[in-house]
Amino acid sequence: MSTATAALSDTQIDRSTSHTATIYLKEAKYEFLKNLRLRVYTASVISFPLMFYVLFGLVLNAKEMIGGTGVPTYLIATYGTFGVMGASLFGTASGLAADRGLGWLQVKRASPMPPFAYFAAKVVLSMIFSAIVVSLLLLLGISFGGVRLPLLEMAKLLATLVAGSLPFSAMGLAIGYFAGPNSAPAAINLIYLPLSFCSGLWVPYMFLPKLVRQIALALPPYHLSQLALGIVGAGRHEPAVNHWEVLLAFTLICLGVARIGFQRDQGKLYG
Amino acid sequence: MGAKMAMIATLEQDQSIQRLISGTAAAGLEDVSKNYGEVCALRNVNFTVQSGQVVALLGPNGAGKTTAIKLLLGLIQPNSGKTRVFGGDPTHPQNRMRTGAMLQVGKVPETLRVHEHIDLFSSYYTNPLPLAEVLAAAGLEKLRDRKFGDLSGGQRQRTLFALAICGNPDLLFLDEPTVGLDVEARRALWEEIRRLVDRGKTVLLTTHYLEEADALADRIAVINHGRIIAEGTPAEIKSQTSGKRIRCITSLNIASVLQIPGVTTARRDREATEIHAAEAETVVRLLLARDPTLSGLEIATAGLEEAFLALTQDNSQNANRRN
Repeated sequence: MSTATAALSDTQIDRSTSHTATIYLKEAKYEFLKNLRLRVYTASVISFPLMFYVLFGLVLNAKEMIGGTGVPTYLIATYGTFGVMGASLFGTASGLAADRGLGWLQVKRASPMPPFAYFAAKVVLSMIFSAIVVSLLLLLGISFGGVRLPLLEMAKLLATLVAGSLPFSAMGLAIGYFAGPNSAPAAINLIYLPLSFCSGLWVPYMFLPKLVRQIALALPPYHLSQLALGIVGAGRHEPAVNHWEVLLAFTLICLGVARIGFQRDQGKLYG
Repeated sequence: MGAKMAMIATLEQDQSIQRLISGTAAAGLEDVSKNYGEVCALRNVNFTVQSGQVVALLGPNGAGKTTAIKLLLGLIQPNSGKTRVFGGDPTHPQNRMRTGAMLQVGKVPETLRVHEHIDLFSSYYTNPLPLAEVLAAAGLEKLRDRKFGDLSGGQRQRTLFALAICGNPDLLFLDEPTVGLDVEARRALWEEIRRLVDRGKTVLLTTHYLEEADALADRIAVINHGRIIAEGTPAEIKSQTSGKRIRCITSLNIASVLQIPGVTTARRDREATEIHAAEAETVVRLLLARDPTLSGLEIATAGLEEAFLALTQDNSQNANRRN
Protein backbone atom coordinates (compact mmCIF):
# COMPACT_ATOMS: atom_id res chain seq x y z
CA MET A 1 0.00 0.00 0.00
CA SER A 2 1.58 3.23 -1.13
CA THR A 3 0.33 5.32 1.77
CA ALA A 4 1.79 2.86 4.26
CA THR A 5 5.20 3.02 2.62
CA ALA A 6 5.00 6.79 2.39
CA ALA A 7 4.41 6.94 6.12
CA LEU A 8 7.25 4.53 6.80
CA SER A 9 9.85 6.45 4.84
CA ASP A 10 11.13 9.59 6.40
CA THR A 11 13.57 10.47 3.68
CA GLN A 12 11.01 12.91 2.31
CA ILE A 13 11.07 15.21 5.31
CA ASP A 14 13.37 17.97 6.33
CA ARG A 15 14.68 16.12 9.34
CA SER A 16 18.43 15.70 9.42
CA THR A 17 19.89 12.29 10.15
CA SER A 18 20.98 13.42 13.59
CA HIS A 19 17.47 14.65 14.32
CA THR A 20 16.03 11.29 13.31
CA ALA A 21 18.63 9.52 15.43
CA THR A 22 17.61 11.68 18.37
CA ILE A 23 14.00 10.64 17.89
CA TYR A 24 14.93 6.95 17.90
CA LEU A 25 17.04 7.43 21.03
CA LYS A 26 14.33 9.33 22.87
CA GLU A 27 11.66 6.87 21.86
CA ALA A 28 13.81 4.03 23.21
CA LYS A 29 14.75 5.97 26.35
CA TYR A 30 11.17 6.74 27.28
CA GLU A 31 10.00 3.24 26.40
CA PHE A 32 12.62 1.94 28.81
CA LEU A 33 11.75 4.40 31.59
CA LYS A 34 8.07 3.78 31.12
CA ASN A 35 8.43 0.03 31.59
CA LEU A 36 11.09 0.27 34.27
CA ARG A 37 8.69 2.28 36.40
CA LEU A 38 5.93 -0.25 35.77
CA ARG A 39 6.40 -2.51 38.72
CA VAL A 40 4.28 -5.20 37.13
CA TYR A 41 6.58 -5.44 34.15
CA THR A 42 9.87 -5.24 36.00
CA ALA A 43 8.79 -7.67 38.68
CA SER A 44 7.39 -10.37 36.44
CA VAL A 45 10.02 -10.16 33.73
CA ILE A 46 12.97 -10.19 36.09
CA SER A 47 11.72 -11.81 39.25
CA PHE A 48 10.11 -14.94 37.85
CA PRO A 49 13.11 -16.36 36.03
CA LEU A 50 15.33 -15.47 38.99
CA MET A 51 12.95 -17.02 41.49
CA PHE A 52 12.68 -20.25 39.53
CA TYR A 53 16.43 -20.37 39.12
CA VAL A 54 17.07 -19.85 42.81
CA LEU A 55 14.53 -22.50 43.74
CA PHE A 56 15.35 -25.20 41.21
CA GLY A 57 18.97 -24.43 40.58
CA LEU A 58 20.40 -23.17 43.84
CA VAL A 59 18.21 -24.42 46.65
CA LEU A 60 17.17 -27.79 45.25
CA ASN A 61 19.32 -29.89 42.97
CA ALA A 62 22.32 -27.62 43.38
CA LYS A 63 24.75 -30.49 43.43
CA GLU A 64 23.07 -32.58 40.73
CA MET A 65 24.25 -33.05 37.19
CA ILE A 66 22.32 -33.16 33.96
CA GLY A 67 24.21 -35.22 31.44
CA GLY A 68 27.60 -33.96 32.52
CA THR A 69 26.73 -30.35 33.25
CA GLY A 70 26.00 -29.02 36.71
CA VAL A 71 22.39 -28.07 37.31
CA PRO A 72 23.12 -24.43 38.20
CA THR A 73 24.97 -24.03 34.89
CA TYR A 74 22.39 -25.92 32.87
CA LEU A 75 19.52 -23.89 34.24
CA ILE A 76 21.16 -20.57 33.42
CA ALA A 77 20.76 -21.48 29.77
CA THR A 78 17.17 -22.66 30.07
CA TYR A 79 15.89 -20.03 32.48
CA GLY A 80 17.86 -17.48 30.53
CA THR A 81 15.84 -18.46 27.47
CA PHE A 82 12.68 -18.36 29.54
CA GLY A 83 13.53 -14.91 30.83
CA VAL A 84 14.43 -13.55 27.41
CA MET A 85 11.20 -14.87 25.96
CA GLY A 86 9.17 -13.29 28.73
CA ALA A 87 10.95 -9.94 28.51
CA SER A 88 10.33 -9.83 24.77
CA LEU A 89 6.73 -10.99 24.76
CA PHE A 90 5.64 -8.75 27.60
CA GLY A 91 7.76 -5.89 26.38
CA THR A 92 6.14 -5.82 22.98
CA ALA A 93 2.75 -7.54 22.95
CA SER A 94 0.98 -6.13 25.97
CA GLY A 95 2.18 -2.57 25.34
CA LEU A 96 1.23 -2.74 21.68
CA ALA A 97 -2.20 -4.25 22.35
CA ALA A 98 -2.93 -1.58 24.97
CA ASP A 99 -1.66 1.29 22.82
CA ARG A 100 -3.74 0.10 19.87
CA GLY A 101 -6.92 -0.69 21.72
CA LEU A 102 -7.03 2.41 23.84
CA GLY A 103 -6.15 4.98 21.22
CA TRP A 104 -2.64 5.97 22.24
CA LEU A 105 -1.02 4.48 19.16
CA GLN A 106 -3.34 6.58 17.02
CA VAL A 107 -2.13 9.73 18.73
CA LYS A 108 1.43 8.72 17.96
CA ARG A 109 0.60 7.75 14.39
CA ALA A 110 -1.09 11.11 13.83
CA SER A 111 2.16 12.81 14.83
CA PRO A 112 5.29 13.01 12.65
CA MET A 113 6.87 10.18 14.63
CA PRO A 114 8.57 7.77 12.23
CA PRO A 115 6.46 4.63 12.75
CA PHE A 116 9.51 2.42 12.80
CA ALA A 117 10.86 4.25 15.86
CA TYR A 118 7.92 2.99 17.89
CA PHE A 119 8.68 -0.64 17.08
CA ALA A 120 12.42 -0.21 17.35
CA ALA A 121 11.99 1.19 20.85
CA LYS A 122 10.03 -1.86 21.93
CA VAL A 123 12.61 -4.22 20.47
CA VAL A 124 15.44 -2.34 22.19
CA LEU A 125 13.49 -2.45 25.46
CA SER A 126 13.19 -6.23 25.14
CA MET A 127 16.87 -6.57 24.43
CA ILE A 128 17.87 -4.44 27.42
CA PHE A 129 15.69 -6.37 29.81
CA SER A 130 16.85 -9.64 28.31
CA ALA A 131 20.42 -8.59 28.98
CA ILE A 132 19.50 -7.68 32.55
CA VAL A 133 17.85 -11.03 33.24
CA VAL A 134 20.68 -13.08 31.80
CA SER A 135 23.30 -11.03 33.63
CA LEU A 136 21.50 -11.46 36.94
CA LEU A 137 21.18 -15.20 36.37
CA LEU A 138 24.90 -15.42 35.69
CA LEU A 139 25.61 -13.37 38.80
CA LEU A 140 23.47 -15.63 40.96
CA GLY A 141 24.94 -18.76 39.45
CA ILE A 142 28.51 -17.65 39.93
CA SER A 143 27.95 -16.30 43.42
CA PHE A 144 25.84 -19.06 44.86
CA GLY A 145 25.83 -21.99 42.48
CA GLY A 146 29.45 -22.59 41.85
CA VAL A 147 29.04 -21.84 38.16
CA ARG A 148 32.40 -21.46 36.44
CA LEU A 149 32.37 -20.19 32.89
CA PRO A 150 35.18 -18.57 30.94
CA LEU A 151 34.58 -14.88 30.29
CA LEU A 152 34.33 -15.49 26.56
CA GLU A 153 31.64 -18.10 27.06
CA MET A 154 29.68 -15.79 29.31
CA ALA A 155 29.86 -13.04 26.70
CA LYS A 156 28.76 -15.48 24.00
CA LEU A 157 25.87 -16.64 26.14
CA LEU A 158 24.74 -13.07 26.79
CA ALA A 159 25.04 -12.13 23.13
CA THR A 160 23.22 -15.24 21.93
CA LEU A 161 20.34 -14.84 24.31
CA VAL A 162 19.99 -11.11 23.65
CA ALA A 163 20.01 -11.79 19.90
CA GLY A 164 17.50 -14.51 20.63
CA SER A 165 15.13 -11.93 22.02
CA LEU A 166 14.46 -10.70 18.48
CA PRO A 167 12.33 -13.66 17.32
CA PHE A 168 10.22 -13.30 20.43
CA SER A 169 9.90 -9.55 20.00
CA ALA A 170 8.60 -10.29 16.51
CA MET A 171 6.23 -12.81 18.02
CA GLY A 172 5.13 -10.21 20.53
CA LEU A 173 4.37 -7.73 17.76
CA ALA A 174 2.29 -10.35 15.97
CA ILE A 175 0.34 -11.12 19.14
CA GLY A 176 0.00 -7.44 20.00
CA TYR A 177 -1.62 -6.69 16.68
CA PHE A 178 -4.33 -9.26 17.19
CA ALA A 179 -4.96 -9.21 20.93
CA GLY A 180 -7.30 -6.84 22.71
CA PRO A 181 -5.94 -4.45 25.33
CA ASN A 182 -7.33 -6.34 28.31
CA SER A 183 -6.92 -9.86 27.05
CA ALA A 184 -3.34 -9.45 25.90
CA PRO A 185 -1.56 -10.49 29.12
CA ALA A 186 -3.71 -13.60 29.40
CA ALA A 187 -3.20 -14.42 25.73
CA ILE A 188 0.55 -14.03 26.16
CA ASN A 189 0.63 -16.35 29.16
CA LEU A 190 -1.48 -18.94 27.37
CA ILE A 191 1.17 -19.11 24.69
CA TYR A 192 4.28 -18.39 26.73
CA LEU A 193 3.91 -20.93 29.51
CA PRO A 194 3.04 -24.07 27.52
CA LEU A 195 5.64 -23.13 24.93
CA SER A 196 8.26 -22.87 27.66
CA PHE A 197 7.38 -26.19 29.20
CA CYS A 198 7.28 -28.07 25.91
CA SER A 199 10.64 -26.60 24.86
CA GLY A 200 12.37 -28.03 27.90
CA LEU A 201 12.90 -24.71 29.64
CA TRP A 202 11.64 -25.98 32.99
CA VAL A 203 11.94 -29.70 32.97
CA PRO A 204 15.16 -30.36 31.05
CA TYR A 205 14.65 -31.70 27.54
CA MET A 206 15.91 -35.17 28.17
CA PHE A 207 13.38 -35.72 30.94
CA LEU A 208 10.38 -34.74 28.86
CA PRO A 209 7.96 -37.39 27.57
CA LYS A 210 8.81 -38.72 24.11
CA LEU A 211 5.89 -37.02 22.37
CA VAL A 212 6.73 -33.66 23.91
CA ARG A 213 10.37 -34.06 22.90
CA GLN A 214 9.25 -34.47 19.32
CA ILE A 215 6.99 -31.44 19.50
CA ALA A 216 9.85 -29.41 20.94
CA LEU A 217 11.82 -29.76 17.73
CA ALA A 218 9.32 -27.42 16.08
CA LEU A 219 9.34 -24.83 18.85
CA PRO A 220 11.50 -21.70 18.67
CA PRO A 221 12.30 -21.57 22.41
CA TYR A 222 13.72 -25.10 22.15
CA HIS A 223 16.10 -23.93 19.47
CA LEU A 224 17.23 -20.88 21.37
CA SER A 225 17.75 -22.89 24.54
CA GLN A 226 19.81 -25.42 22.57
CA LEU A 227 22.04 -22.64 21.32
CA ALA A 228 22.49 -21.40 24.88
CA LEU A 229 23.09 -24.91 26.22
CA GLY A 230 25.64 -25.49 23.51
CA ILE A 231 27.64 -22.55 24.79
CA VAL A 232 27.67 -23.80 28.37
CA GLY A 233 28.66 -27.24 27.18
CA ALA A 234 25.36 -29.04 27.64
CA GLY A 235 24.05 -29.06 24.09
CA ARG A 236 23.03 -32.00 21.95
CA HIS A 237 25.85 -31.37 19.50
CA GLU A 238 23.64 -30.17 16.71
CA PRO A 239 25.04 -27.57 14.33
CA ALA A 240 24.20 -24.09 15.59
CA VAL A 241 23.24 -22.93 12.15
CA ASN A 242 20.16 -25.17 12.09
CA HIS A 243 18.84 -23.51 15.20
CA TRP A 244 19.49 -20.02 13.87
CA GLU A 245 17.68 -20.92 10.65
CA VAL A 246 14.58 -21.96 12.54
CA LEU A 247 14.68 -18.78 14.61
CA LEU A 248 15.14 -16.63 11.52
CA ALA A 249 12.24 -18.28 9.69
CA PHE A 250 10.09 -17.86 12.77
CA THR A 251 11.02 -14.18 13.01
CA LEU A 252 10.09 -13.58 9.39
CA ILE A 253 6.75 -15.34 9.75
CA CYS A 254 5.91 -13.28 12.84
CA LEU A 255 6.90 -10.05 11.15
CA GLY A 256 4.65 -11.00 8.25
CA VAL A 257 1.75 -11.55 10.60
CA ALA A 258 2.50 -8.28 12.36
CA ARG A 259 2.52 -6.48 9.04
CA ILE A 260 -0.92 -7.85 8.21
CA GLY A 261 -2.11 -6.50 11.53
CA PHE A 262 -0.46 -3.16 10.79
CA GLN A 263 -2.30 -2.86 7.46
CA ARG A 264 -5.57 -4.01 8.97
CA ASP A 265 -5.41 -1.26 11.56
CA GLN A 266 -6.18 1.29 8.87
CA GLY A 267 -9.80 0.25 8.83
CA LYS A 268 -10.21 -0.64 12.48
CA LEU A 269 -13.22 0.75 14.30
CA TYR A 270 -12.13 0.95 17.91
CA GLY A 271 -9.30 3.00 19.37
CA MET B 1 -37.44 26.24 5.21
CA GLY B 2 -35.92 22.86 4.46
CA ALA B 3 -35.43 23.71 0.78
CA LYS B 4 -33.75 26.98 1.64
CA MET B 5 -31.38 25.24 4.02
CA ALA B 6 -30.60 22.61 1.44
CA MET B 7 -29.84 25.32 -1.08
CA ILE B 8 -27.49 27.12 1.30
CA ALA B 9 -25.79 23.83 2.09
CA THR B 10 -25.27 23.00 -1.58
CA LEU B 11 -23.94 26.46 -2.34
CA GLU B 12 -21.48 26.20 0.53
CA GLN B 13 -20.32 22.80 -0.61
CA ASP B 14 -19.70 24.04 -4.15
CA GLN B 15 -17.64 26.88 -2.75
CA SER B 16 -15.84 24.43 -0.49
CA ILE B 17 -14.82 22.27 -3.40
CA GLN B 18 -13.60 25.36 -5.23
CA ARG B 19 -11.48 26.40 -2.26
CA LEU B 20 -10.15 22.88 -1.90
CA ILE B 21 -9.06 22.80 -5.53
CA SER B 22 -7.62 26.30 -5.49
CA GLY B 23 -5.50 25.36 -2.47
CA THR B 24 -6.47 27.99 0.04
CA ALA B 25 -7.97 25.30 2.20
CA ALA B 26 -5.77 23.93 4.95
CA ALA B 27 -7.60 20.64 4.93
CA GLY B 28 -10.62 19.04 3.35
CA LEU B 29 -12.72 16.05 2.51
CA GLU B 30 -13.66 15.74 -1.13
CA ASP B 31 -16.75 13.58 -1.75
CA VAL B 32 -15.62 11.20 0.98
CA SER B 33 -17.45 8.09 2.09
CA LYS B 34 -16.35 5.77 4.84
CA ASN B 35 -17.93 2.52 5.99
CA TYR B 36 -17.09 0.28 8.87
CA GLY B 37 -18.51 -2.97 7.58
CA GLU B 38 -22.28 -2.47 7.52
CA VAL B 39 -22.20 0.90 9.25
CA CYS B 40 -21.92 3.95 7.03
CA ALA B 41 -19.99 6.55 9.00
CA LEU B 42 -19.70 9.22 6.32
CA ARG B 43 -21.59 9.58 3.05
CA ASN B 44 -20.31 11.73 0.19
CA VAL B 45 -19.05 14.41 2.52
CA ASN B 46 -17.58 17.62 1.16
CA PHE B 47 -15.96 19.75 3.80
CA THR B 48 -13.10 22.24 3.91
CA VAL B 49 -11.15 24.03 6.60
CA GLN B 50 -9.89 27.42 5.50
CA SER B 51 -6.48 28.62 6.63
CA GLY B 52 -6.46 30.88 9.64
CA GLN B 53 -9.97 29.95 10.75
CA VAL B 54 -11.52 27.98 13.53
CA VAL B 55 -13.94 25.49 12.07
CA ALA B 56 -16.23 23.52 14.33
CA LEU B 57 -17.69 20.21 13.29
CA LEU B 58 -20.80 20.04 15.38
CA GLY B 59 -22.95 16.99 15.77
CA PRO B 60 -24.39 14.45 18.19
CA ASN B 61 -22.44 11.38 19.23
CA GLY B 62 -22.12 8.92 16.40
CA ALA B 63 -22.58 11.57 13.74
CA GLY B 64 -19.23 10.91 12.12
CA LYS B 65 -17.12 13.70 13.64
CA THR B 66 -14.31 11.49 14.92
CA THR B 67 -14.30 9.55 11.64
CA ALA B 68 -13.84 12.82 9.77
CA ILE B 69 -10.90 13.82 11.97
CA LYS B 70 -9.28 10.40 11.66
CA LEU B 71 -9.55 10.61 7.89
CA LEU B 72 -7.93 14.05 7.89
CA LEU B 73 -5.16 12.75 10.11
CA GLY B 74 -4.55 9.86 7.75
CA LEU B 75 -5.27 7.30 10.45
CA ILE B 76 -7.88 5.64 8.27
CA GLN B 77 -8.49 5.65 4.53
CA PRO B 78 -11.78 6.59 2.88
CA ASN B 79 -13.72 4.04 0.89
CA SER B 80 -14.20 6.67 -1.81
CA GLY B 81 -13.26 10.29 -2.32
CA LYS B 82 -10.11 12.17 -1.35
CA THR B 83 -8.74 13.57 1.86
CA ARG B 84 -6.41 16.55 1.66
CA VAL B 85 -4.15 18.29 4.13
CA PHE B 86 -2.17 21.30 2.83
CA GLY B 87 -3.17 20.17 -0.61
CA GLY B 88 -1.59 16.76 -0.20
CA ASP B 89 -1.87 13.32 1.35
CA PRO B 90 -2.54 13.39 5.10
CA THR B 91 -0.21 10.45 5.67
CA HIS B 92 2.71 12.29 4.12
CA PRO B 93 5.28 13.01 6.83
CA GLN B 94 5.76 16.56 5.49
CA ASN B 95 2.13 17.29 6.28
CA ARG B 96 2.16 15.55 9.63
CA MET B 97 5.04 17.84 10.56
CA ARG B 98 2.68 20.81 10.27
CA THR B 99 -0.26 19.37 12.15
CA GLY B 100 -0.98 18.60 15.77
CA ALA B 101 -3.79 16.46 17.08
CA MET B 102 -5.69 16.08 20.31
CA LEU B 103 -7.73 12.87 20.21
CA GLN B 104 -9.95 11.11 22.69
CA VAL B 105 -7.70 8.50 24.24
CA GLY B 106 -8.55 5.67 26.58
CA LYS B 107 -5.13 5.27 28.11
CA VAL B 108 -1.94 7.26 28.00
CA PRO B 109 1.32 5.80 29.39
CA GLU B 110 0.92 6.60 33.05
CA THR B 111 4.42 6.15 34.35
CA LEU B 112 5.91 8.93 32.23
CA ARG B 113 5.99 12.46 33.58
CA VAL B 114 4.28 15.42 31.90
CA HIS B 115 7.53 16.95 30.72
CA GLU B 116 8.75 13.60 29.43
CA HIS B 117 5.64 13.16 27.29
CA ILE B 118 6.07 16.67 25.91
CA ASP B 119 9.79 16.16 25.36
CA LEU B 120 9.17 13.04 23.30
CA PHE B 121 6.46 14.54 21.12
CA SER B 122 8.43 17.76 20.64
CA SER B 123 11.33 15.71 19.34
CA TYR B 124 9.24 14.60 16.35
CA TYR B 125 9.01 18.14 15.01
CA THR B 126 11.73 20.28 13.45
CA ASN B 127 10.80 23.53 15.22
CA PRO B 128 9.03 22.70 18.45
CA LEU B 129 8.05 25.24 21.04
CA PRO B 130 10.23 25.52 24.16
CA LEU B 131 8.98 23.36 27.00
CA ALA B 132 8.24 26.34 29.25
CA GLU B 133 6.00 27.87 26.62
CA VAL B 134 4.08 24.65 26.08
CA LEU B 135 3.57 24.18 29.82
CA ALA B 136 2.35 27.76 30.14
CA ALA B 137 -0.05 27.51 27.21
CA ALA B 138 -1.61 24.36 28.62
CA GLY B 139 -1.62 25.57 32.21
CA LEU B 140 0.72 22.80 33.33
CA GLU B 141 3.58 24.78 34.87
CA LYS B 142 3.10 23.28 38.32
CA LEU B 143 2.63 19.76 36.95
CA ARG B 144 5.85 19.44 35.03
CA ASP B 145 7.22 16.51 37.04
CA ARG B 146 3.94 14.80 37.81
CA LYS B 147 3.44 11.33 36.38
CA PHE B 148 0.55 11.16 33.95
CA GLY B 149 -1.16 8.54 36.09
CA ASP B 150 -1.27 10.97 39.01
CA LEU B 151 -3.10 13.68 37.07
CA SER B 152 -6.78 14.52 37.37
CA GLY B 153 -9.07 14.20 34.34
CA GLY B 154 -8.84 17.86 33.48
CA GLN B 155 -5.06 17.89 33.87
CA ARG B 156 -4.81 14.91 31.55
CA GLN B 157 -6.84 16.73 28.92
CA ARG B 158 -4.52 19.70 29.21
CA THR B 159 -1.51 17.44 28.77
CA LEU B 160 -3.02 16.01 25.60
CA PHE B 161 -3.55 19.59 24.43
CA ALA B 162 0.11 20.30 25.18
CA LEU B 163 1.11 17.36 23.00
CA ALA B 164 -1.00 18.77 20.17
CA ILE B 165 0.60 22.22 20.27
CA CYS B 166 4.18 21.39 21.28
CA GLY B 167 5.35 21.08 17.67
CA ASN B 168 4.10 24.56 16.84
CA PRO B 169 1.87 23.18 14.08
CA ASP B 170 0.04 25.29 11.51
CA LEU B 171 -3.07 23.15 11.69
CA LEU B 172 -4.60 21.79 14.87
CA PHE B 173 -7.13 18.99 15.08
CA LEU B 174 -9.01 18.93 18.37
CA ASP B 175 -11.48 16.10 18.94
CA GLU B 176 -13.84 17.08 21.74
CA PRO B 177 -11.12 19.09 23.50
CA THR B 178 -12.99 20.30 26.55
CA VAL B 179 -14.72 17.08 27.58
CA GLY B 180 -14.21 16.63 31.30
CA LEU B 181 -12.91 20.13 31.91
CA ASP B 182 -14.48 22.39 34.50
CA VAL B 183 -15.79 25.80 33.48
CA GLU B 184 -12.58 27.63 34.31
CA ALA B 185 -10.37 25.18 32.47
CA ARG B 186 -12.73 25.20 29.49
CA ARG B 187 -12.58 28.97 29.20
CA ALA B 188 -8.81 28.92 29.60
CA LEU B 189 -8.56 26.45 26.73
CA TRP B 190 -10.84 28.59 24.58
CA GLU B 191 -8.58 31.55 25.35
CA GLU B 192 -5.57 29.55 24.29
CA ILE B 193 -7.24 28.44 21.07
CA ARG B 194 -8.12 32.04 20.25
CA ARG B 195 -4.53 33.06 20.88
CA LEU B 196 -3.34 30.35 18.50
CA VAL B 197 -5.70 31.53 15.78
CA ASP B 198 -4.55 35.13 16.30
CA ARG B 199 -1.06 33.89 15.49
CA GLY B 200 -2.32 32.55 12.20
CA LYS B 201 -2.96 28.93 13.08
CA THR B 202 -5.88 26.96 11.72
CA VAL B 203 -8.07 24.90 14.01
CA LEU B 204 -10.58 22.17 13.29
CA LEU B 205 -12.45 21.14 16.36
CA THR B 206 -15.23 18.66 16.84
CA THR B 207 -17.69 19.12 19.61
CA HIS B 208 -21.18 18.39 20.72
CA TYR B 209 -21.20 21.46 22.97
CA LEU B 210 -23.16 24.10 21.13
CA GLU B 211 -21.84 26.85 23.35
CA GLU B 212 -18.32 25.88 22.41
CA ALA B 213 -19.01 25.98 18.68
CA ASP B 214 -20.76 29.30 19.10
CA ALA B 215 -17.98 30.79 21.20
CA LEU B 216 -15.01 29.66 19.14
CA ALA B 217 -15.89 28.97 15.56
CA ASP B 218 -15.66 31.19 12.53
CA ARG B 219 -17.56 28.53 10.67
CA ILE B 220 -19.71 25.67 11.86
CA ALA B 221 -20.53 22.53 9.92
CA VAL B 222 -23.38 20.58 11.41
CA ILE B 223 -23.05 16.86 10.85
CA ASN B 224 -25.52 14.08 11.53
CA HIS B 225 -25.76 10.49 10.35
CA GLY B 226 -22.65 10.89 8.27
CA ARG B 227 -23.76 13.91 6.29
CA ILE B 228 -23.08 17.63 6.58
CA ILE B 229 -26.55 19.02 6.96
CA ALA B 230 -25.70 22.69 7.37
CA GLU B 231 -22.65 24.88 7.06
CA GLY B 232 -22.03 28.55 7.77
CA THR B 233 -21.09 31.12 10.35
CA PRO B 234 -22.69 30.73 13.77
CA ALA B 235 -25.02 33.62 12.92
CA GLU B 236 -26.07 31.99 9.64
CA ILE B 237 -26.81 28.70 11.33
CA LYS B 238 -28.76 30.41 14.08
CA SER B 239 -30.75 32.43 11.58
CA GLN B 240 -32.07 29.22 10.07
CA THR B 241 -34.33 28.86 13.04
CA SER B 242 -36.27 32.04 13.49
CA GLY B 243 -38.25 33.12 16.48
CA LYS B 244 -37.73 34.05 20.06
CA ARG B 245 -37.57 32.18 23.28
CA ILE B 246 -39.58 33.63 26.17
CA ARG B 247 -39.14 32.42 29.71
CA CYS B 248 -41.17 33.51 32.71
CA ILE B 249 -42.70 32.41 35.98
CA THR B 250 -46.43 32.67 35.52
CA SER B 251 -49.57 31.44 37.18
CA LEU B 252 -51.12 30.74 33.77
CA ASN B 253 -51.27 27.06 32.89
CA ILE B 254 -49.89 25.68 29.64
CA ALA B 255 -53.28 25.39 28.01
CA SER B 256 -53.97 29.08 28.54
CA VAL B 257 -50.52 30.05 27.32
CA LEU B 258 -50.96 28.04 24.14
CA GLN B 259 -54.14 29.98 23.42
CA ILE B 260 -52.21 33.25 23.17
CA PRO B 261 -51.90 34.15 19.48
CA GLY B 262 -48.35 33.89 18.18
CA VAL B 263 -47.23 31.14 20.56
CA THR B 264 -45.84 28.12 18.71
CA THR B 265 -44.85 25.93 21.66
CA ALA B 266 -44.96 26.12 25.42
CA ARG B 267 -43.68 23.82 28.12
CA ARG B 268 -42.99 23.79 31.83
CA ASP B 269 -39.42 23.78 33.03
CA ARG B 270 -39.61 23.26 36.81
CA GLU B 271 -41.07 26.49 38.19
CA ALA B 272 -40.82 28.42 34.90
CA THR B 273 -42.66 28.29 31.61
CA GLU B 274 -40.74 28.27 28.34
CA ILE B 275 -42.49 29.66 25.29
CA HIS B 276 -41.50 29.86 21.64
CA ALA B 277 -43.03 32.49 19.45
CA ALA B 278 -42.32 33.98 16.06
CA GLU B 279 -42.52 37.46 17.51
CA ALA B 280 -41.90 38.24 21.17
CA GLU B 281 -43.52 41.61 21.72
CA THR B 282 -47.21 40.75 21.12
CA VAL B 283 -46.97 37.57 23.19
CA VAL B 284 -45.27 39.31 26.09
CA ARG B 285 -47.82 42.14 26.06
CA LEU B 286 -50.67 39.62 26.26
CA LEU B 287 -48.91 37.57 28.97
CA LEU B 288 -48.38 40.64 31.14
CA ALA B 289 -52.01 41.66 30.58
CA ARG B 290 -53.37 38.25 31.53
CA ASP B 291 -51.07 37.70 34.49
CA PRO B 292 -50.12 40.78 36.51
CA THR B 293 -48.12 38.55 38.90
CA LEU B 294 -45.76 37.39 36.13
CA SER B 295 -42.07 37.49 37.11
CA GLY B 296 -38.62 36.33 35.98
CA LEU B 297 -39.20 37.42 32.40
CA GLU B 298 -36.40 36.55 29.93
CA ILE B 299 -36.46 37.03 26.19
CA ALA B 300 -33.76 35.57 23.92
CA THR B 301 -33.19 34.78 20.28
CA ALA B 302 -33.81 31.13 19.62
CA GLY B 303 -30.17 30.16 19.71
CA LEU B 304 -27.87 27.59 18.28
CA GLU B 305 -29.49 24.92 20.40
CA GLU B 306 -32.84 25.35 18.71
CA ALA B 307 -31.28 25.50 15.27
CA PHE B 308 -29.24 22.42 16.00
CA LEU B 309 -32.15 20.44 17.37
CA ALA B 310 -34.34 21.48 14.48
CA LEU B 311 -31.70 20.52 11.96
CA THR B 312 -30.82 17.19 13.52
CA GLN B 313 -34.37 16.16 14.28
CA ASP B 314 -35.39 16.93 10.71
CA ASN B 315 -32.37 15.03 9.49
CA SER B 316 -33.00 12.05 11.79
CA GLN B 317 -36.57 11.77 10.58
CA ASN B 318 -35.38 11.83 6.99
CA ALA B 319 -32.68 9.29 7.77
CA ASN B 320 -35.20 6.98 9.41
CA ARG B 321 -37.60 7.33 6.51
CA ARG B 322 -34.80 6.47 4.11
CA ASN B 323 -33.87 3.37 6.09
